[in-house]
Amino acid sequence: MITNEYLPFSSKVLKVTKHTPMEHTYTMEFAGAKDVVPGQFFELSLPKYGEAPISVSGIGENSVDLTVRSIGVVTDELFKYEAGRHLYIRGPYGNGFIADDYKESELLVIAGGTGVSPVKAIIDYFGNHNDEVKSMSIITGFKSKDDQLFREDFKRWGKQMNVTLTFDRGDETKENIGLVTKYIPSVKVNNFDDAKAIVVGPPIMMKFAVKGLIERGYKEENIWISHERRMSCGLGKCGHCRVNSTYICLDGPVFNYTVGKDLID
Amino acid sequence: MAYSLDKIAVDDLFKKWGEDYLIYGPTLIKNTGRLSDTDSVRYDEVRSIDDLELNLKSDYSFKDVILPISEVLFYYNEDGMMVPKQKHNGAIIFLRSCDLHALDRLDQMFMENGKPDFYYTRLRENLKFVLIPCSKSFENCFCVSMNSNVPKNYNLTIEEIDGEYVFESKDEYFTKFFSGSKELDYTVPYVKENDIKVEHVEKINNLAITKSEMWREYDSRCIACGRCTLVCPTCTCWTMQDIHYGDNQKAGERRRVQASCMVDNFDRVAGGHVYREKNGDRMRYKALHKISDHRERYGVDMCIGCGRCDDICPEYISFSTILNKIAKESE
Repeated sequence: MITNEYLPFSSKVLKVTKHTPMEHTYTMEFAGAKDVVPGQFFELSLPKYGEAPISVSGIGENSVDLTVRSIGVVTDELFKYEAGRHLYIRGPYGNGFIADDYKESELLVIAGGTGVSPVKAIIDYFGNHNDEVKSMSIITGFKSKDDQLFREDFKRWGKQMNVTLTFDRGDETKENIGLVTKYIPSVKVNNFDDAKAIVVGPPIMMKFAVKGLIERGYKEENIWISHERRMSCGLGKCGHCRVNSTYICLDGPVFNYTVGKDLID
Repeated sequence: MAYSLDKIAVDDLFKKWGEDYLIYGPTLIKNTGRLSDTDSVRYDEVRSIDDLELNLKSDYSFKDVILPISEVLFYYNEDGMMVPKQKHNGAIIFLRSCDLHALDRLDQMFMENGKPDFYYTRLRENLKFVLIPCSKSFENCFCVSMNSNVPKNYNLTIEEIDGEYVFESKDEYFTKFFSGSKELDYTVPYVKENDIKVEHVEKINNLAITKSEMWREYDSRCIACGRCTLVCPTCTCWTMQDIHYGDNQKAGERRRVQASCMVDNFDRVAGGHVYREKNGDRMRYKALHKISDHRERYGVDMCIGCGRCDDICPEYISFSTILNKIAKESE
């Protein structure tokens, strides 16, 4: 008998972290958490409202974090949920960021806005396993200080790695103002053979960040990106996320740049 | 072995088959064609040979027998979810050679692309295929170019010859019904040449084709109605859709409904970003999927050359012309 992959399962909301009025993280009970890979995603499934693909932004002992922006029918409904209630999810789906790909490297993660969610668990991993990388830096950008996600995590990361936090607008005397690309030239790199980078964010940001990295001397094969597409099923069946011969939900969402650069929508 | 039966005997067969299977085939529906006062041929349940349209090309494909246009995945209420029973436990499907080849593509999408699909697989089990052979090409067909002209994997054939029905059986289930029937020599015909020919390109340069000016014609000419994908026997895309019942806000059903990459919102992500705004770019996305993109993954073109997209297009866009333009641009 073939398993019915479309049936979501019930999961308890353990905690709701409110970063901004628009963006909350839902810590969801999930017994299989130890097998979840950073960068994978779940389908948040609210019968009557539908489903939405959400990246895993944190992996606990028996829980996964889903960071959600309230921007559609499903996510608007989700925002009515508080800790203690149950809702439906299914997953995890996709390949994710494989830690082994980045071990022994000078790792740089560049992420913008909600693009920080899919890379947060990999930042956490190397933050906690500092000895597995030669160096660790992140450049993260948000629209403004009010739009910043994961404020508590940034405090921890500040002690574990080189953190550059920048905003599109704000007070230049108090914080970094500018796009993430502005900070690529000042990243310290000892050996470009060891320099690896992960870039996640809006398409336009990824394009220019990768361009900046390559100009800087990063090798294409040492850059990874994660793609966002409209996934209806997460199972390789609905067709919405197909790009060329690639199904983002099955083959991605994480791609080495040498593969990802050739995907044409 | 082939057998010849008169109409009364064939109707008797339909009754017997109907006890074991649902029978689906092309049927003529009056005044439902693309133009006024024209008919269309669509798939439906058939109970007798009179219901079956054996001579015309079907405007719609057989695909909704195993891939319903709208399919309930589960019913939900406050207590949980319930998966509906399957629509049939087995079916006999009358179809032409191109559609038999299209079935492979549906299988690739639903049984090989990721894990096997629960709903598709259960309807796919226990199907019998009755070939309606094509002795000549229909309008807009280019099956020879797409290698779908030679029929394969069928259980039975049916052809009307001089008022009698000729069957050739390759399946024990069917053969047993023909004992005592008049036997004859018979060769299953198939199309050896179409008026329309499509040139194949082994390797397509995606970047060059994407930049080609050829797509701009379709920005305005294509009206993004999605009919081409609806009638296409190999188009499989769908969207999740939840509906709730008016009198009980907590009960409802989750369905998957057929979707089209030609229609707005197919690629819209949360926040509003759209990857293909222009209709010409959607045409490119569809066209390349039908040839090189699917071939790269599964070794065969997705398009089987039935030309139904051309038959239905309100703007008279020819898909075979598009494929030939791609070939020319790739030179």
